[in-house]
Amino acid sequence: MTAPTAPTAPADLLYSEAEEELRTAVRALLAARCDARTVLARAETGRPHDPALWHTLAAEIGTAGLLVPEKLGGQGAGHREAAVVLEELGRAVAPVPYLTSAVLATEILLGCDTAEAAALLSELASGSTVCTPAVPLTLAPGAPLPAPVRDSGGGTLTGTVDAVADAVAAGVLLVPADTGLYAVRAEDATVTPLVGLDLTRPLATVALEAAPGIRLADPAAARAAVAGALLSAAGLLASEQVGLAEWCLTETVAHSKGRYQFNRPVGSFQALKHRMARLWLDVASARAAARAAADALATGAPDAPLTVAVAQAYCSGVAVRAAEECVQLHGGIGMTWEHPAHLYLKRAKADSLALGTAGHHRGLVADFAELPAP
Amino acid sequence: MTTGATPTTPEALRARTRDLLTAHPPARTDRTAFLRARFDAGLAWVHYPPGLGGLGAPRTLQAVVDAELEAAGAPDNDPRRIGIGLGMAAPTILAYGTEEQKQRFLRPLWLGEEVWCQLFSEPGAGSDLAALATRAVLDQDAGDWIVDGQKVWTSSAHNARWGILVARTDPALPKHQGITYFLCDMHAPGVEVRPLRQITGEAEFNEVFLTGVRIPDTHRLGAVGEGWAVARTTLMNERVSIGGMRIPREGGMIAPVAAAWRERPELRTHALHQRLLELWVEAEVARLTGERLRQQLAAGQPGPEGSGMKLTFARLNQEISGLEVELLGAEGLLYEDWTMRRPELVDFTGRDAGYRYLRAKGNSIEGGTSEILLNIVAERVLGLPPEPRDDKDTAWKDLSR
Ligand SMILES: Cc1cc2nc3c(=O)[nH]c(=O)nc-3n(C[C@H](O)[C@H](O)[C@H](O)COP(=O)(O)OP(=O)(O)OC[C@H]3O[C@@H](n4cnc5c(N)ncnc54)[C@H](O)[C@@H]3O)c2cc1C
Repeated sequence: MTAPTAPTAPADLLYSEAEEELRTAVRALLAARCDARTVLARAETGRPHDPALWHTLAAEIGTAGLLVPEKLGGQGAGHREAAVVLEELGRAVAPVPYLTSAVLATEILLGCDTAEAAALLSELASGSTVCTPAVPLTLAPGAPLPAPVRDSGGGTLTGTVDAVADAVAAGVLLVPADTGLYAVRAEDATVTPLVGLDLTRPLATVALEAAPGIRLADPAAARAAVAGALLSAAGLLASEQVGLAEWCLTETVAHSKGRYQFNRPVGSFQALKHRMARLWLDVASARAAARAAADALATGAPDAPLTVAVAQAYCSGVAVRAAEECVQLHGGIGMTWEHPAHLYLKRAKADSLALGTAGHHRGLVADFAELPAP
Repeated sequence: MTTGATPTTPEALRARTRDLLTAHPPARTDRTAFLRARFDAGLAWVHYPPGLGGLGAPRTLQAVVDAELEAAGAPDNDPRRIGIGLGMAAPTILAYGTEEQKQRFLRPLWLGEEVWCQLFSEPGAGSDLAALATRAVLDQDAGDWIVDGQKVWTSSAHNARWGILVARTDPALPKHQGITYFLCDMHAPGVEVRPLRQITGEAEFNEVFLTGVRIPDTHRLGAVGEGWAVARTTLMNERVSIGGMRIPREGGMIAPVAAAWRERPELRTHALHQRLLELWVEAEVARLTGERLRQQLAAGQPGPEGSGMKLTFARLNQEISGLEVELLGAEGLLYEDWTMRRPELVDFTGRDAGYRYLRAKGNSIEGGTSEILLNIVAERVLGLPPEPRDDKDTAWKDLSR
């Protein structure tokens, strides 16, 4: 008997040359324009997003359209490439609406078979429009879709959605409502910024009051499109978590080599060496899990839902642990506002709730691997 | 043997393997005869040189050969039974042996005609192997070395024909410098093997007493006093050989636990469910990490992940087998058999959960403890500073023991 969970073909878990080139381009851009000091300064103005940075990243490097086919104005690349971009964005805790616009909204639109969706997709691919789904960031694949928005007739929408990520940067909102999925212009909605735990992925409440929307899909198609998008986004979020964790480990190792206490670098104390060695192991493992998820999504592997659930169940914890160790092993400096460690801790903790907690994803693993609860 | 360079592409190896199978159909060939023919065709370990069981091919291509042989139902040399020879003695002999030593030892080793053991650890030297005290003194007239000392935890010594041995040849030098590496005949007078019963009740390992044992100088491996470098080759290979196998999803120790969970709903509890899922996920991630490592090697970009695989498997095996005992409830309180046995091989499957739980405790001790491996990762992979130490430049005889 073959287990229900047997993988089909061995996933390609490495990075291709083209992916490494893409990484180099994104990393260079972020190093030049998105250092931690700049990120923090912007966050403190209450407007964390940097539209000029987004334009270069999305349009000039062409990362926004990686998931969009060429005939719709995209790059026709795929999830493996988008995962590499997210690794770099995670490493820089970059405040750009990539996960929301270039992944979640893009995947939803790719699941809507309408001309309006196609037109909007090419705007997203070119980076000229930022779009975010009006759903809470915590919405997970496999969870029932909340429908707080009602259509009061003729596509005029009324309702309120909390904890919508990147809504403050969006020109268009994708709104699931009782009668289907709608595109709503941001100026027709009331977007109220919230004070979020994560300073680099801002949240807002989106309130609609008889707001006009363009219908993109009927309720069944909308549910399927959103479910597919949540799966992709959860799988790719694992790569953001890997990049974030790797930054935390690298910084911690560098700091502990240079910081002297008791006439020795603190990094020569075995208690700390072992903690960093364990973290290194965790990050190496998280990378394999995240690569497997990206590859499964890219190839449409039948076991992709399981592979994504495994990656999320694992990588969330690693990112949080890496960020927590980073704060602790930096000592007092790790508790300061100037040192960027807190930006990473806040993102890591928020990421561990985004798109389903590790516990939620373990529940999905239980279903896919046929290991039912008592 | 054909003249000229042997082609070593996957296709060439596949063709060569099929030729072997045609000339020696496994169904009608005696096991040992088949293994000999395989060795002589260079398909034993394809990365070894021609004439020594290989073809000088990339190591990763062994998988191509193995897959063909397995599909044809060919016998294998039972790598589990001869693991120490295959994984440690052979690569060290290949790297440091004279031509005569390679010709003499590698073929019977691979065929399983001669089992090897590793005479490294001593009562006073485990993690700190270079502190070893077993003495080897050259008898100038006979040209033999005379060895006295005690080794411990020696797996398979009771089955072994040969042992790889490190001994001190100059106590006046600092501990790493006065060591020499030997190939020890386990049947030589003065070698006494005593079973050492272990936590599982059986005696997989032994104490080995060496009293006036004569080792001819032709059985020295590497130069006199250079044994530490030779031993490091052995130790590196010991750690590499772990995690080299491809396992399927839900393979390894997680398999019996998952099966019990599915087949016996009455055992399920919520607390165990969460732990099972966590470990299932970690086992899957470890499988993927091993797969990624293999892909890196195959692509010629070896990553440092290998250093971590043994650590990961040791921890997972222990946690999973611990969970399994608990899951079984009253049955988990029972143990198959405490009779003292002398096993030929370590076999995790086909035994009960209690055995797995107890035997897995050795995974974080044998082949370098997890603490030592974490030091290696921290220092060699992350480049963290070493602990200050004062034993490196002191003569071995002046160290505190
Ligand atoms: C099942 C099994 C099979 C074995 N087979 C063989 C064999 O065939 N041949 C052979 O030669 N040996 C064999 N060994 C021995 C094994 O290699 C040693 O047990 C191991 O290297 C540890 O040495 P030790 O037992 O002397 O422990 P010690 O070195 O005394 O260690 C005791 C504890 O201290 C810790 N420790 C020691 N030094 C440090 C340090 N610097 N930093 C942090 N912690 C430290 C260790 O991790 C351990 O927890 C086997 C062991 C087992 C369990």
